[in-house]
This record gives sequence, structure tokens and C-alpha cells, in this order.
Amino acid sequence: MEETNVTNKLHRTAYNEPLVDSPDEAAFFVRDLDFWYGDFNALTDISVDVKSHAITAFIGPSGCGKTTFLRCMNRMNDLIAGTRVEGTMLFDSADIYGPGVDPVDLRRRVGMIFQQPNPFPQSIYDNVAYGPRLQGIHNKSELDHIVESALKRANLWKEVSGNLGKSGLAISGGQQQRLCIARVLAVQPDVLLMDEPCSAIDPTSVQKIEDLMVEIKEQVTIVIVTHNMQQAARVSDYTSFFLQEVAGEPAVLVESGKTNGIFTSPVDKRTEDYITGRFG
Amino acid sequence: MHKNTSNKIALGVLWGAAMITVAMFAIIILYIIVRGIGVISPAFIFTWPKGVNSEGGIWPTIVSTLYVTGLSMIITTPIAVLAAVYLAEYAKQGRIVTIIRYAADSLSSVPSIVMGLFGFAFFVETLGIPLSMLSASMALSLLMMPIIMRTTEEAIRAVPRYIRWGSYGLGATKWQTVSKVVLPWAMPRMITGLVLAMGRAVGETAVVFYTMGQAINLPVTPLDSGRSMPVHLYLLAVEGINMKAAYGTAFLLMVLIFAFNMIARWISKKYRKVD
Repeated sequence: MEETNVTNKLHRTAYNEPLVDSPDEAAFFVRDLDFWYGDFNALTDISVDVKSHAITAFIGPSGCGKTTFLRCMNRMNDLIAGTRVEGTMLFDSADIYGPGVDPVDLRRRVGMIFQQPNPFPQSIYDNVAYGPRLQGIHNKSELDHIVESALKRANLWKEVSGNLGKSGLAISGGQQQRLCIARVLAVQPDVLLMDEPCSAIDPTSVQKIEDLMVEIKEQVTIVIVTHNMQQAARVSDYTSFFLQEVAGEPAVLVESGKTNGIFTSPVDKRTEDYITGRFG
Repeated sequence: MHKNTSNKIALGVLWGAAMITVAMFAIIILYIIVRGIGVISPAFIFTWPKGVNSEGGIWPTIVSTLYVTGLSMIITTPIAVLAAVYLAEYAKQGRIVTIIRYAADSLSSVPSIVMGLFGFAFFVETLGIPLSMLSASMALSLLMMPIIMRTTEEAIRAVPRYIRWGSYGLGATKWQTVSKVVLPWAMPRMITGLVLAMGRAVGETAVVFYTMGQAINLPVTPLDSGRSMPVHLYLLAVEGINMKAAYGTAFLLMVLIFAFNMIARWISKKYRKVD
């Protein structure tokens, strides 16, 4: 068992199945990734595969870098001044930090859902049509079709179909979150990144969101950051456990692999302690 | 016992201070209403002043006031709003932006008579624009620009980060995010700022006194001169020409400014319910 000096560059992640050899065997192929906020090295030595058409959960205590890592995957961290990435982050076998990559195009393919539901101050319809309209789709019947199918996939259609003109801010928090999911699905992303999507909403909506994740994973690769271990165990196929052991030191990826392996027979003692609720 | 007494005294002092504020406000309003309301009639509002004592109405001064206010809003709003968008969204936050903000804040506290003098020297004497709606509007813009710019900037900054992220997360560019999400979100607060600035322009005396002329005239083109309500009020009162008409004008002016404030409150209330 490795001891706890996480600054040690020899730190190695435990995997319950081997990392793939070729980038085309994973949606995201990440090797030796480091991330900085200014001078602060927030993540170090992250190597992980995110498999296509599956749900991957990132777990770990608060401040362990799982959200930071998620936000590297669609270059959302670019919006924060002074951030920097080193290492390899391939999506669909292409380096997303490579020259000539437009983060705007990347985010169209790698959509994101946030902890706080964030509908725009517009109608439900206009919220969902926002992304397609950005792409130049203005044909009414085409938009109608996109809006309806996105709301259906987001498990929201039944609740709002008679009321599409209502403000996106006037529905419940759980409905708002599903509206935000519909809004992302409407641009047909390949990947859906979800940053603690269920932490601020009611249990009924949580159930509906978990259901829809399982329903759509055949078409959309899903990565979910969650504090809720039961949720990770329930919905995900793969799990990665992040940990920052010493404040001010970079966080690392402790263990990664198939979810039932991680939850039933964790390799690293720290993983076991975390999932059994001994800390965090 | 002792504690109780000091508590009561403190309460009394605070209550007294609050009452003095309210009383001053009430006395001024009541005074103007009492002196002015009897003068108000459709004829007072819709006819011209007549004769050396300005008998009759004040219609041209109402039109001049609304004209110059409207024109200065047309001149100021786009520049101030775009500057605010630049400052809040695009400019690299640092020294320059701090200096711009400081300059704007200082500009808005320049006494308006100084702004009027500058407006006269620059627009009228240097650029040769006649005493007119246009000169007065541009001089007023100097006064309103920093107010609108700062309220708009604050409104934009108040838009939550995660709302912007939602838009970026859908593959929107910065400009798409700003124009389709950030500005609509900030709009109620922006409009509140605009309406308050309009109220300020309506009541502004010194600036237009220097730059609009004083002739009683119904302006048609921006190069026509005119006399605004505050200037009319000032001239009537300072010469003691017609105090009744002066109070009538003061009353209408207050009603106008009160209306602008109510509109501003109504807008911010109406939209706050949605958030």
C-alpha cells in the first residue's frame, strides 16, 4: 500500500481494469494531466479513460478537484483567468488543447449541466431552442420538433407541454434542472458533463434525472460529478475517486475503473475509507 | 432600569432623526402642492405664456423639457451602455479600468453649473453649435453618461456566473452570450438606471440654462432653441414676474420626476418577482 505523500511524482493511480492503449478506445483519453490556477497546482498526474456510451462518476470530498477536472473536459476553465493545463487530454482522439481548437465548437459537442439550475430569462421553448438557434436553425417546425424531443428525453415534456411559453424561471428547481438538460440535449452533444446536477433539487426530480441518464447513455456519453455515493453506485458504469490529502497540495486520482469493482473491492485503502463513509 | 432608560433615549433620538427627514420631505412637497395645484388646469398645461408677465400656460417649456431629455437619452444611452458592456465584459480588469471607473464617478459629481459652463464653452463657442436642443442635450449627456454607464455596469456584473456558463456550455460565443443572455438578464436593472437618469435630466437647470437659450419657443429641429421647465421656473421666480405660474411649473416638474421614479420602481419590482 502506497503511503500518503501526494506530492511524490511516483504517485500512481490504482485501476481495476487496465487503461486503454489507443485513444480511439475511449471518448476521453487523459494522460499525465496537471492543472494550475495561477501558481497553484490543483491537479496532478491524472490519467484516466472516459468510455463512450457509458456513465462515469467522479467522486471525492469537497475541494478534491473533481469539478475542476470536469471543467477541463470542455475547456470551461478557460473562462477563469490564469488557468493552465499540461499533459494529454484527447477527445475523440483529438487534442482539445491543441492549436486551432475552438473552445466554442468543443462545448457544442461536450455540453455541461451545472449544480445550480440556470435557465435563461426566457420561455421554456426559447430556452431549449437557444442552442439550435445559435447554430442557425430558425425553421419553426424544425425547432418545434427539436424542442419537443429534447424535452421528452429530459423527462420534462409531460409536465410542461401545455405551457411552453411560460418563463423558464417560473418552474420548480427540479424542473429547471431538467429544462437545462433538455437545453443541452437540443444541440445533440456527444458528451454530457454534469456537475453535481442533483444537489440542489427535490427527490422526485433526482429520480427523473437518474432515469433519463440511463435512458440516454446509449446516445450520449455522460460524466457526472457527485457527492452522493449511492447515486454514483446506482447510475454509473465507471467511477473515478479524486482526493486532495493535504490542503495546498495538488489533488490526485486515487482509484479509477468499473463502478462495481470500486464499490465492492476497492484496491486503495483511501478509496475504501471514503466509500464506507470514514471521511469526506 | 439604567439600561432601559438609555435604550429609550437612543430610540427617541433615532426616531426623531427619522421624523425630521420625513417632515422636511413632507413640508416641501406639501408647500409646492398647496401653492401650485390651484394653478394647474388644461389651459396652463397646453397653452403658451402670454405678455410680459407670462400669464397663460407653459406648453412650450414642457415640450422643450421632454425634447431635450429625449434627445440626450438618444445620444447618451448607446454610448454609455456599450461602454458599460466593454468595461464589465471585455476590458482586462486592471489599472485602466479602475481609472475609467474613477473618472466616471468623479464626472458624475462635478457640479452641474460647471458642466453647463463647459458645455457652453465647448459646444456653443468652440464648435459653433447654436444655443439649442442639440447643445443642451450634449451637455446633459456629459452629466448622464457616467450615471448610466455605472448603473448599467453594476447591472451586468450582477448577472450570476452560472447563467453565463449555461450559455457558454451550449457553444455560444462571448458576444452571443452577452447579447442574448447577459443583457436581457440585466435589463430590468439597466432600465431602472435609465429612468432615474431621465428624471435627473428633466430636473436639470444649470446645464440647460447655459446651452439651450431662454427663448420661449416650441422646438422642432434639434437646432431650435427653447426654454425648459426648470429654467422657466427660475426666470419667473428670480425676477418675481409671476409666482403663481412658477409654483404651477414647480408642481408639474415634481409630478414628472415623481412619475419617472415610480416607473423605475415599477419596472424593478415587476421583474424581481421572476428571479
